[in-house]
Amino acid sequence: MLEEGTPIFLQIAEQLSADIVDGTLAEGDRVPSTNEFAAFYRINPATAAKGINMLVDDGILEKRRGIGMFVVAGARDRLIQLRRRDFTEQYVDPLLAEAKRLGIDTDALIGLITRVTATSLTNKPTSQEGEAS
Amino acid sequence: MTPIVEVESVTRRYRGTMALDNVSTALQANTITGLLGRNGAGKSTLMRIITGQEFVTAGTVRVGGQNPLENDAVLGRMIFVKESQVYPDIKVKRALEAASWFYPNWDAELAEMLMEDFALPANRAIKKLSRGMHSSVGIVIGLASRAEITLFDEPYLGLDAVARQIFYDRLLADYAEHPRTVLLSTHLIDEVANLLEHVVVIDRGRIVVDAPADDLRGRAVTVRGRAADVDEFVAHRKVLTRQGIGSLATATVTGPLDDLARTRARDLHLDVGPVSLQEFVIRTSGDLQERISA
Repeated sequence: MLEEGTPIFLQIAEQLSADIVDGTLAEGDRVPSTNEFAAFYRINPATAAKGINMLVDDGILEKRRGIGMFVVAGARDRLIQLRRRDFTEQYVDPLLAEAKRLGIDTDALIGLITRVTATSLTNKPTSQEGEAS
Repeated sequence: MTPIVEVESVTRRYRGTMALDNVSTALQANTITGLLGRNGAGKSTLMRIITGQEFVTAGTVRVGGQNPLENDAVLGRMIFVKESQVYPDIKVKRALEAASWFYPNWDAELAEMLMEDFALPANRAIKKLSRGMHSSVGIVIGLASRAEITLFDEPYLGLDAVARQIFYDRLLADYAEHPRTVLLSTHLIDEVANLLEHVVVIDRGRIVVDAPADDLRGRAVTVRGRAADVDEFVAHRKVLTRQGIGSLATATVTGPLDDLARTRARDLHLDVGPVSLQEFVIRTSGDLQERISA
């Protein structure tokens, strides 16, 4: 669940951000408390607090006195903006590097992406229909 | 923030051996600190000095601003659970009762709950307990006393993995509700790594690491790839270990790596991997490092 090499508070912050982006945590939802995080991940409460406070500083979470920590309205859009900025570096660059290593040129790569996208688009609805009927 | 425990230039010499050599460190109030190092590194000596059970040869120790030596006001705020705690010849429940008189924050309910967790028989004589149960008595007293400063010195000899996990979970839960200063010495570094806020590594009487636990993640990385590429990559870094097999090599270097270094590693087709706290401690203490730098 937690990995070595990355500070735990960053992992907590990333996990929370991911939950907000994919909608597991909706805007206005209450976020688990520091102690709940500590008990769940078996980590030091101060470390959990550090991760949560990072998102407070970024304006993603807000503290409501006496009730807890909540997801700010507009948090999802802001996180998506931030992630789009990192997308090239995190995904496109490594993809291009590996493609180059394997001798896949840019045209072939674009073709590959188009084909995979098409397959996943045609597959999904049929499988859902299959489940529904 | 003033630390609750201050150790300043402490030296402890036994005939001919230097147990602690000019050691300085501090514990911040309400943090969990791991005291790590090999056997004989000086962990227990440091803990005995903090709890006023041993004299220093030179240097000063302050607990809550005072010298702990024969100082009842200070000693009442501390509990020290040792690896092989010796108890008088009494039953388990009497030992807990005695502890409840001594520690002002004693929580009888918590003690009861922990007794159940560890399946401790209240009416059995302590000397008739198994090794693991004997250790659990110390853990129950150490946690239920809720002392402002709690020291555990390898508290779980003979405890199995399940019982140790119970200890970690109860420690975290009770610490979250009732924050206090905890100093935990252990060899089971991987097990406790995530509980720690601060880490002190001691090696042959000297402190070699004294840092927030989060800073240590990423402090060292391993790189693996073609030997020539690895050597080029580590040329201007501090190498902790290097192993080669055929044309391949693995090296552990001090980190963290910046973006530039990561890009360079990618260009050289090197695998970059994290180093666990345990590996980091192994690589920063003991003979291993000497052999490496020699």
